[in-house]
Amino acid sequence: MSESPRSLFDKVWELHRVRELPSGQTQLFIGTHLVHEVTSPQAFAMLRERGLPVRFPERTFATVDHIIPTDSQLRPLSDALAEAMMTELERNCREHGIQLFDAASGAQGIVHVIGPELGITQPGSTIACGDSHTSTHGAFGAIAFGIGTSQVRDVLATQCLAMAGLRVRRIEVTGKLAPGVYAKDVTLDVIRRLGVKGGVGFAYEYAGPVIEAMSLEERMTVCNMSIEGGARCGYVNPDDTTYDYLRGRRYAPGGAAGGDAFERAVAWWRSMASDAGAPYDDVVEVPGGEIAPTVTWGINPGQNCGVDQRIPSFQDTPDADRASVAEALEYMDFRPGAPIAGTPIDVAFIGSCTNGRISDLREAARVAKTGRVAANVRALVVPGSQEVARQAEEEGLDEVFRAHGFQWREPGCSMCLAMNPDKLQGREVCASSSNRNFKGRQGSPTGRTLLMSPAMVAAAALAGKVVDVREIL
Amino acid sequence: MAKARIASTSGRACVLRGDDIDTDRIIPARFMKVVTFDDVGEHAFEDDRRAAKGNHPLDDDTFAGASILVVGRNFGCGSSREHAPQALMRFGFDGFIGGSFAEIFAGNCTALGLVCATLADDDLENLMGSVELDPAQTVTIDVEAKTVTSRAGSVPATIPDGTRRQLLEGTWDATGMLLDGADDVSRTAAGLPYLNGFAS
Repeated sequence: MSESPRSLFDKVWELHRVRELPSGQTQLFIGTHLVHEVTSPQAFAMLRERGLPVRFPERTFATVDHIIPTDSQLRPLSDALAEAMMTELERNCREHGIQLFDAASGAQGIVHVIGPELGITQPGSTIACGDSHTSTHGAFGAIAFGIGTSQVRDVLATQCLAMAGLRVRRIEVTGKLAPGVYAKDVTLDVIRRLGVKGGVGFAYEYAGPVIEAMSLEERMTVCNMSIEGGARCGYVNPDDTTYDYLRGRRYAPGGAAGGDAFERAVAWWRSMASDAGAPYDDVVEVPGGEIAPTVTWGINPGQNCGVDQRIPSFQDTPDADRASVAEALEYMDFRPGAPIAGTPIDVAFIGSCTNGRISDLREAARVAKTGRVAANVRALVVPGSQEVARQAEEEGLDEVFRAHGFQWREPGCSMCLAMNPDKLQGREVCASSSNRNFKGRQGSPTGRTLLMSPAMVAAAALAGKVVDVREIL
Repeated sequence: MAKARIASTSGRACVLRGDDIDTDRIIPARFMKVVTFDDVGEHAFEDDRRAAKGNHPLDDDTFAGASILVVGRNFGCGSSREHAPQALMRFGFDGFIGGSFAEIFAGNCTALGLVCATLADDDLENLMGSVELDPAQTVTIDVEAKTVTSRAGSVPATIPDGTRRQLLEGTWDATGMLLDGADDVSRTAAGLPYLNGFAS
């Protein structure tokens, strides 16, 4: 009997469905739980109050990323509050037998960078983490949810979440990206087209020739920002690119040796990909060839345009959006209808769970080599993990950055959300490879963020203003 | 660990206009350097309130003592930080009425026993206008009947079924409900190839 075709989302959901709850929701098993220092201490405290153990400590992995300084990771951390959080995480991991990748482990980094690079993130699995950018892990064909602290408690105690089902929207990115156009531009373009709330109630399946041609790291950039489009998660079907990436990684099946265990895994992973003819609740086509290097001009990631375009004028703005465009332009102090290119910047930030991986640093270094950071610009390069830093240093990228006026820092979330000392000051404008341009996001209540690809950030750092990276490459 | 059943919530309301208000605005990241939620209420909308120099709805005396926050569309988008609903809860809100809510925010609210009710655009606009004209009135979110009642009338509200039942049955703290399925959890785990060496 042949089964009817299903999407990867439906297969994974079905396989992890524990039971239907009295509330009508699904009790969903979470295969892998990733933990960091900011959203977990209260969850562990709740377990302690209730006298509950961690149900699957061996499926729980922790690291420190949000609060860690990038100038020196030496203990005790110079910020007493950060040190207290670090100590709390260490105690919780020790008490519950949870593997902690701390600075001394050599494998520390942003949780969404280290999960994949250690081979913990795998196709066909469910993943949860107290961080909205958990959608990143969908790049492997996992279904990965960002959750709040009470849900972190639920997963620690039961390895499950109570969830309502989702609809699936397939987003087919057709054609071929032009030179100088990156995964970041694709995801910003998708968010602008579908809106920052367009994904509410959906899982996004990214497909089409542009996605298929992407490396795993590029797919991670796209899936990472699914949440910025309102989607609960985003994923790409696993393929040979996925298996090649995972082969030989520490926690991949068979570990470094791979072998039979890995081949058995590949066979299963293949079977989890969406079937031809699988049903979707919605299908959207995005012409990849038309995407330009993209820059945000507002206070949410959907407020963006091509670098060769203009900030919208009020005449061009539909009535429904006028208030939010006006609010954005007032905050940014940008003129309606002005070109985005040429906007002066004060700070350049290359890093984050969106764009802090080795391929991002290689592209940024390629641009950095062509000049020197402008005199009035502070430029930071923050690798996503210790492993990324090691690889970059092996390739001499750290030297390239330093020689051309960039600061080379230690790994962490850094200025993406500025919970560590890396912050904007006052009204500074930052060209940033991160994921959010919300008001005050980068540490100054009046600071301003322009999201773009790492290559575009590097180009802006050299020019002291927003420029088209295609003119440099 | 059964919790209170929540069939409705009533009180004065506060109107906070604007769409896409993100959790970084509800509580800026620098106030998350804490290991408890005890003090986060003090920092609810801190930067927005400072920028508004006393003109923010949360600082408006006419809304003082409000327990229901009326908001626009896509409220609570962005970060998954539970610090956001925790801050609003500790500030004094236990119900939210809006055009729509970001999913993680709404899920976090449910886990705390806070009600998120969605209204149609016209009904929301009428409610906002009514509360702004008469902030002393009582606004009620009836979870059981799925309505919002104010001086502007009683209008239908959307609350997702699963959430509604969790509130009505007092299972909004999901841990107990999930622990009850322990045997089923072991069975599901035993059937996952990736937890069992991919044995065929």
